[in-house]
Amino acid sequence: MGEYLLEISYLIASVLYILGLKMLSGPKTARKGNLYAAFGMALAILATIFLYVDEEGNKLQNHIWIFGGIAVGSVVGWLAAVRVKMTAMPQMVSIFNGMGGACAALIGLIEFPHYFGHGGSILILLTIFAGLVIGSVSFSGSVVAFAKLNGNMNKDIRLPFYNIINTLFIIAIFAITALLLVGTLTDPMYVYLLALISLAYGVLFVIPIGGADMPVVISLLNSFTGMAAAFGGFLYGNMAMLTGGILVGSAGTILTVVMCNAMNRSLTNVIFGAFGTGGAAVGPGGSGVEKSYKEIGVSDTAVLLNYSQSVVIVPGYGLAVAQAQHVIHELEELLEERGVSVKYAIHPVAGRMPGHMNVLLAESNVEYDKLVEMEDINPEFETTDVVLVVGANDVVNPAAKNDPASPIYGMPILEVEKAKNIIINKRSMNVGYAGIDNELFYHEKNSMLFGDAKSVLVSLVAELKTL
Amino acid sequence: MQILEFLNTHMDMVYIVILSVLLGVEVISNVPSVLHTPLMSGANAIHGVVIIGAIIIMGKADPSNILTMALGFLAVILGTLNVVGGFVVTDRMLEMFNKKKPGKSKE
Repeated sequence: MGEYLLEISYLIASVLYILGLKMLSGPKTARKGNLYAAFGMALAILATIFLYVDEEGNKLQNHIWIFGGIAVGSVVGWLAAVRVKMTAMPQMVSIFNGMGGACAALIGLIEFPHYFGHGGSILILLTIFAGLVIGSVSFSGSVVAFAKLNGNMNKDIRLPFYNIINTLFIIAIFAITALLLVGTLTDPMYVYLLALISLAYGVLFVIPIGGADMPVVISLLNSFTGMAAAFGGFLYGNMAMLTGGILVGSAGTILTVVMCNAMNRSLTNVIFGAFGTGGAAVGPGGSGVEKSYKEIGVSDTAVLLNYSQSVVIVPGYGLAVAQAQHVIHELEELLEERGVSVKYAIHPVAGRMPGHMNVLLAESNVEYDKLVEMEDINPEFETTDVVLVVGANDVVNPAAKNDPASPIYGMPILEVEKAKNIIINKRSMNVGYAGIDNELFYHEKNSMLFGDAKSVLVSLVAELKTL
Repeated sequence: MQILEFLNTHMDMVYIVILSVLLGVEVISNVPSVLHTPLMSGANAIHGVVIIGAIIIMGKADPSNILTMALGFLAVILGTLNVVGGFVVTDRMLEMFNKKKPGKSKE
């Protein structure tokens, strides 16, 4: 009886995951979808704790420990999730993903002694090792991604012969797994070695990747963890784990590809290609040629904005870092009061993750209608008086259109150079996140407004009020 | 041979895997780029289902086996972090999107 209830609970949970994911892909239903999936998860977890019976009909024991672990995890997870700043959201997702990977890897580590050397079939061992390897890679990779996004690790470290070293690691992982499976290696120590190599590979895999590619990597690691969970589902013959894991594995893979497409890059290019690290790719023609740029002050900017008909703001990650999303909304309202039409141009990969900018601006109550996506705003730039670029760089870099040698060549950009005036706010003339020079800075229509995004915007608002 | 045998005895699982893969692909296509981040985050929370494995381990573990108990306990904590953190973060992101809807409807 209990067993049937368990299976039915798993069935309901699986349906809720599917519905939840489907609803998450539409703006109106997204929040409810998340709740559906969460409810499915709670159902699956509780049903497992109370209804699961093993082959001999024994119920699960150690309820105190199970609930203790869940309580600790819930409190810590909830606090972390509630307290994290919106700007730090991408690394938060990454670290939670890493926790799931670690959980899958631990399951492999605990379960393998029961089967390895005790007559477990090759397929059972394969599912265990696969979960262990993928979980470990996902864990260490996510931790590195977290550290990089969090600014604890700023450089994209690129070892010499990087691709060769990584290939050797992959070969080692496959070789050890195969030798363990066929029984050539019988010492359990090799399983631990396999876990260590997988952890090291996760680090090596993520460490050289940087720039706008980070979200793609997180999405990829996300689908890895999904697969690791699915292998766990195989091992236990558990339908909830199987469907949940596979769904995330396949959906995550597709999402990764969709993200790559938004940047007009292929997945292999992201993983194996350098981004802003190959010295030759930086600023072709940039060396030697003296380029000059104009500078503009806050008061001139205020006047220019005040007497414009239409202004388009291009927000980038710099805006988020400076926590300037509230001030920019104030600026927008002030300009609107004076009859200036203000819109925000949102590049698909603005910020550190697709949709990140929308979340940030929505947080500061910017109206949804004012956030215009790239395809819709590009034709409007010709009739725009002033484009104000705040903390964005690569998404407005014309090199993506004009310069086949540029690492971002082919990425669709916001065509701000069509506007009548451009004002770019940056802290300095340093290159952007992708490490590429931007010829837009030297464009005749452009003026540079130097300073920290927040302080510049605050003084801009103050200046506007005096006009 | 072993593979054929496995396929035969686990046909239901094979069906589930194939159908789930197709469903996952189908469900995700045509997502507006605005929702990529919340969707990734939501999917992230769902693979926290791996916690069920940790619970099964924990529930079967012999309390005198301290290593298994400790690792299992750790696995339960990590899995819960993934689930709870994942869903709460996603909800916070989506809350931002919902906030402007009342503002929009007021007009």
